[in-house]
Amino acid sequence: MLLRDEFSKNGDIRIGVYVCDCGTNIAGKVRVPEVVEYAGTLPHVVVAKEYKYMCSDPGQDMIRREIKEQKLNRLLVAACSPHVHEETFRNVAAQAGLNPFLFQMVNIRELVSWVTKDPDKATAKAKDMIRAAANRVLFHEELEPLKYHIKRNVVIVGGGIAGIHAALLLADSGEHVYLVERESSIGGHMAMFDKTFPTLDCAACILTPKMTMVKSHPNITIMSYSEVVEVNGFVGDFKVKVRKKPRYVDEENCVGCFECIDACVFKDARYPNEFDFGLGKRKPIYMPFPQAVPPVPVIDADTCIEFKTGKCPKECLKACGERAGIDFAQKEEIVELEVGSIIVATGFDSFDPKKMPQYGYGIYSNVYTSLEAERLFNASGPTAGELVLRDGSKPKSVGIIHCVGSRDENHNRWCSRVCCMYSMKLAHLVKERTNADVFNFYIDIRAAGKGYEEFYNRTMEEGVQYIRGKVAEVTDNAQTKDEEGKLVIRVEDTLLGMIRRIPVDMVILSVGLEPQHDALEVTKMFNISCSGGGWFMERHPKLAPVSTMSGGVFLAGACQAPKDIPDTVAQAGAAASEALALSHKGVIEVEPNTAFIDETLCSGCQVCVGLCPYSAISYDQEKKISILNQALCQGCGVCAGACPSGAAQQHLFNDSQLMAEIEGALAGVL
Amino acid sequence: MSKPKVAFYWCASCGGCEEAVVDLADAILGVVDAVDIVFWPVAMDFKREDVEALKDGELAAGFVNGAIRTSEQEEMAHLMRRKSQALIAFGSCSHTGGIPGLANLYTREDILKRVYIENPSIVNPNHILPQEKSVETEGTLRLPAFKDDVRTLDQTVEVDYYLPGCPPPVNLIVNAVTALVEGKLPPKGSVLAPDVALCSECERNATKPEKLSMKDVKRPHEIIIDGENCLLAQGVICLGPATRSGCGAACLNANMPCTGCMGATSGALDYGAKALSAMASLLDSNDAEEIKSMTAKIVDPAGTFYRYSLPASFLHRRVGRPG
Repeated sequence: MLLRDEFSKNGDIRIGVYVCDCGTNIAGKVRVPEVVEYAGTLPHVVVAKEYKYMCSDPGQDMIRREIKEQKLNRLLVAACSPHVHEETFRNVAAQAGLNPFLFQMVNIRELVSWVTKDPDKATAKAKDMIRAAANRVLFHEELEPLKYHIKRNVVIVGGGIAGIHAALLLADSGEHVYLVERESSIGGHMAMFDKTFPTLDCAACILTPKMTMVKSHPNITIMSYSEVVEVNGFVGDFKVKVRKKPRYVDEENCVGCFECIDACVFKDARYPNEFDFGLGKRKPIYMPFPQAVPPVPVIDADTCIEFKTGKCPKECLKACGERAGIDFAQKEEIVELEVGSIIVATGFDSFDPKKMPQYGYGIYSNVYTSLEAERLFNASGPTAGELVLRDGSKPKSVGIIHCVGSRDENHNRWCSRVCCMYSMKLAHLVKERTNADVFNFYIDIRAAGKGYEEFYNRTMEEGVQYIRGKVAEVTDNAQTKDEEGKLVIRVEDTLLGMIRRIPVDMVILSVGLEPQHDALEVTKMFNISCSGGGWFMERHPKLAPVSTMSGGVFLAGACQAPKDIPDTVAQAGAAASEALALSHKGVIEVEPNTAFIDETLCSGCQVCVGLCPYSAISYDQEKKISILNQALCQGCGVCAGACPSGAAQQHLFNDSQLMAEIEGALAGVL
Repeated sequence: MSKPKVAFYWCASCGGCEEAVVDLADAILGVVDAVDIVFWPVAMDFKREDVEALKDGELAAGFVNGAIRTSEQEEMAHLMRRKSQALIAFGSCSHTGGIPGLANLYTREDILKRVYIENPSIVNPNHILPQEKSVETEGTLRLPAFKDDVRTLDQTVEVDYYLPGCPPPVNLIVNAVTALVEGKLPPKGSVLAPDVALCSECERNATKPEKLSMKDVKRPHEIIIDGENCLLAQGVICLGPATRSGCGAACLNANMPCTGCMGATSGALDYGAKALSAMASLLDSNDAEEIKSMTAKIVDPAGTFYRYSLPASFLHRRVGRPG
């Protein structure tokens, strides 16, 4: 017996079906009058109507009026995504005196008209979905939304410019911010740069003041050398577990004098500094860069003699003396934070040019990545701002290759947005520091931004040569005397229409941006989605660009898509204001989608007990059944899925509702 | 007043259900006292004609065990339905399809080919398959039609009550017959067994660890099952959590896991899906490869989780893909 038949025995169900044209968005593909006529023939449907824009005031008025006139006790609106208008129509139902959870939204726009080519198929699919929903609502029940207080703390994941900017805004507004950064210093990629385009501001000059403000702000807790390992809870009440890696220097006791670094038994820095991509050297106890925040050194256990042999005279410890900053016994620590919202600002990785061996990175020593070039130009970098070749001499000619790994169907299809501009900036700096000949090899110049085109023209006036063409290869195979000892860039100059060979001393690869290598794990942890390519997905590309599908989780910066510093800062501000708006609201209503256990059906098998991530279920020794604490339940549905006897069920998604919906959807083929 | 008339019939079944009636032992005397058995092919010499001769509804109850595969079984199901006031699906096969229902994992053609051609113990050089009609010199021979799939009794005719189990536990049979005689049957459509899963009456339930989980999957022959602790905690798939009680945890008492013959509780819409979901939830690993190797140890998932209920499941049968 079909579930629908089973239900029809009890209760007088009166369903109203309202199908929206959405202008031509739906009606342009789906034959709405036919769908409405069909909906009218479904069991229990007493009224079915079409309207041009159901979400407009007249549309809403019509529904409210008919709920009362027709004594509707179920409401079904077939329109756009519930993300857009579920709230609207729930309110309509409530205003007409109908419990909002007796309403069901059917998405015939995003799931039908926008994605189906054939009008016949689209129309049939719309009918199927309405039939499924009409079946489902038979099993709907009156529910009340749950209300929760919103905690006023915010955790920001990622201490680059996005995280820093958002943290300062929130902290200034009185929220307490936990800024979690996995490296030993905040600052992110921006801290690596020498200058920023197009204004040529010194990156450090504009960034480090903000970093020190973060350090000294009473409302900000910096958690550097730390990573989020677990996130539980929901909007307004997240529980975030952070793992603090041992840096073997006590952040409380360290005064930032760096005498320990000077005292290290290694008189000279001899290990590659990761912050400089190995171009510079560091000691086992070091600061990644001079302006690092917090200004607390870190000991690398892999290179420290004490950790390797246990026989180091520990000069660092002696130098620190009674300040007691050095702590070889420091252990990893798990800190649990309770916050109301989360801003994910985890940034980007750069494309690994070894994937394009034709460009010679890792083969020819004078092929650099753009980030390595940034470090060379940086006054506090390994060469104190000198652009030099591996042998220490200054290059007389430099080739800068754009779009390395970007706009390439073999690698990343997207435009990384920042490479044209930073390539121009690097070209300008090469001119400024060495007066070498500079050749920029580009596919298209993308200089859309305030002052960007002007900056492009400026570099041309400075003598930078732009050659339009995707570089075929970088080779040391000299064919003429001029090419001997040089790197030869082979390219089709598409403006001249000829193959060219340009010999240079140094090649800089403008590597594109890509999602962090562990972006997928981050999405799982924060329960957010990825768009194409692995960039984190915003709730709506236009109208909710920093929100995610998870309430209370916001995005800032390049983790969402490649973007430059101005855009990143603007987005970080937006994310901060979203978090602020949420916390100022104070209370949030959430879906009453909690689980419940039917005590008569429960056998006390305890399959659910250990599965509940929120410890909301326990075994009652006296009743010999499992008991669910509604206040702790977060509505994840794990128990309902696992319960072998159907005793654990979830409101809004109980088995009868889901099966009725499936039966309805498949009625055409059953 | 004449005693209520009852009849027993068997369709696609092993005979165990008949055995269960015999197992009533002394209690059968009470049954024989209380009712008049007018048809029981396994034990009494009555014929189909005798049933056909009854008035419609003349039987107070008809007990049908076995699943429905052939045209003859279908005809008999209809006949029993017509003659019975209460038609009772007796045993797993009749209730949810049972072991014969696993034949729905294969097509009719596959089965006939396997049994009559490929089977190593068969000699059939001309590849002759059973025919519904074969004309011989002596006359025309007829066999019932072998249908495309195995169905439950209630997928064939309307059923009033279900007595689950492979075979149904004696105490449930006695309860059912007593209720029938006393006219105290529950609402139609009821399963005549407690509507709560087996853990509720299993003594081992008290031994469950605080967090029940399975680190590994073991088949009963691979370990020595200890006689006291929950089998799930020992890594053996036991379907007690998904299965109706009423059997007194007979298999567990014999130190073997529950395989689910009593079927689902009323809260579970698909027995196998629920059982599978519960067992999968218990696997204690977050590593995809480890999970894969654990699930690989469930050698026959369909036969494990749908052992008695494939025809009654949402899937009902395997659907062949072209090619």
